[in-house]
Amino acid sequence: MMNINQLIFGRYLPGNSFVHRMDPRAKLLLSFYFVLVVFIANDWCGYLFLALVTLFCIKLSRIKIKVFINGLKPLFVLILITILMQLFFTSGGHIYWQWGIFTLTSNGIISSVLITVRFILIIFMSTLLTLTTTPMAIADAMTALLRPLARFHLPVDEIGLMLSIALRMVPTLADEATQVMAAQRARGIDFNHGNLFKRGKALISLLIPMFVDSFNQATNLATAMEARGYQSGKPRTHYHQLHWQKTDTMALIVMLLIIPVLVFLRK
Amino acid sequence: MDIIFKNVSYTYQPKLPTASVGLRDINLTIHDGTYTAIIGQTGSGKSTLVRHLNALLKPTQGQVMIGNQLITANTKEKDLHNVRQQVGMVFQFAEKQLFESTVGRDIAVGPLNFGISIDEAMHRAHEMLSLVELPDTLFDKSPFELSGGQMRRVAIAGVLAMKPRVLVLDEPTAGLDPQAHHEMMALFERLHRQQHLTIVLVSHHMADVIKYAEQVVVMEHQQVLRTGTPQQIFANPQWLQQHHLVPPLTTQVAQLLMHHYFKFDPLPLTIDELARQVASQLQKGDDEH
Repeated sequence: MMNINQLIFGRYLPGNSFVHRMDPRAKLLLSFYFVLVVFIANDWCGYLFLALVTLFCIKLSRIKIKVFINGLKPLFVLILITILMQLFFTSGGHIYWQWGIFTLTSNGIISSVLITVRFILIIFMSTLLTLTTTPMAIADAMTALLRPLARFHLPVDEIGLMLSIALRMVPTLADEATQVMAAQRARGIDFNHGNLFKRGKALISLLIPMFVDSFNQATNLATAMEARGYQSGKPRTHYHQLHWQKTDTMALIVMLLIIPVLVFLRK
Repeated sequence: MDIIFKNVSYTYQPKLPTASVGLRDINLTIHDGTYTAIIGQTGSGKSTLVRHLNALLKPTQGQVMIGNQLITANTKEKDLHNVRQQVGMVFQFAEKQLFESTVGRDIAVGPLNFGISIDEAMHRAHEMLSLVELPDTLFDKSPFELSGGQMRRVAIAGVLAMKPRVLVLDEPTAGLDPQAHHEMMALFERLHRQQHLTIVLVSHHMADVIKYAEQVVVMEHQQVLRTGTPQQIFANPQWLQQHHLVPPLTTQVAQLLMHHYFKFDPLPLTIDELARQVASQLQKGDDEH
């Protein structure tokens, strides 16, 4: 429960760097693109190059690399499990050690290191996206990128609305949850200790008030929206306009060059 | 049971770039059986301070003594059970903490968690329901069928059922109508006088602070700016305005009257006091003519 506070992924750090000023659509596209590219690389040179690109992007955002490294700490167990799986269950190459189903091979060592690097690169890049972009901007960008699918009767505006309301409510509900938890702890309910049954019961004392509160908030919000003239399915204008700039195009082109470089390094 | 703060500081998310100071170097004593009010602007650290009173937050620096229990950054959660029972907390919009299937069960949650037998807990639940002036017919109803004001009372009954020595109230009447507000404040005052309950009230309602509190703590920028009796704190309207606190209505009226040949020393805080001073000055005026 305490670890949630250390999780840096999904937070926004205000700033005014090149990355902060980029169009959120460009940033979103580049993040997806980068995740795909990470899977193309499969050797040392490729990963070294991608690590340099990541470091360069982080440098551009003017956020300290320490923030990113601290953000990895809550994911440590996940990374460790991945490494161990790769280490002991990969076959092929020189066998150093064997015990039952566990084997330690040269291929295993190499692939566990590569997988870890891959994992870290993806986390760093997506953390960079959320650290430099407000949740609202991400929602706007997603709606804009989904726009072409409106042709196939996808309710893009409704999805966008749901996204932005959901994002808007995350901190509110998180505050509520903290408050309800505090109130229940003051009544002697212990969220962190005891057996599974006890903890489950403790969780109920948090979940039921949260659901009831969400229903109330939803009803109030819907009423307020209708009172202000919202009708679903009607065309709407947008207050936040996204502006695609030359620098965004340039950033896209530069990042597209990664693939040829990777292919070149690969042979 | 005294509560003593010694050089207490608290930082939210201390290891993150989003770290923010919650409290700075607080020194404060709340004596057993007193009625203390904490006032200050939104964001001045009142709620953070109040959460230290039953160790929902532990100080990042310094120490809090709650009765015999010393609380520092390293105090373990399991040592706090006793403290939680002795210090009851009523939060803003307390009705949001209700979750059980019936009103009775919800009130009994606290006592049951502190090892009271089920019969005794249910007995207490009935007792508390009548203490907060709700009919016993509500006992087996779902708390979610009640009105907002009734839900608030059930939540407060749930806190009182633990029979705490100290009652911490973080804006307990926020969003209630004036009638319900008055009744609830009167209930707390009754508990304070009859059972010698220590009460700590966080409030923006200066009239309540003047009417009920014996000690006032003024907070500003996560620090304690001043402590004193209501008379000491509210005597100087200029000082209040400098620190963005609204002087009570009676003081404002008294100041207006001072432009019209009235003299007040000290400035009246309650309506009764204002009326008494005005009456005596009018009488004096009549005598002179």
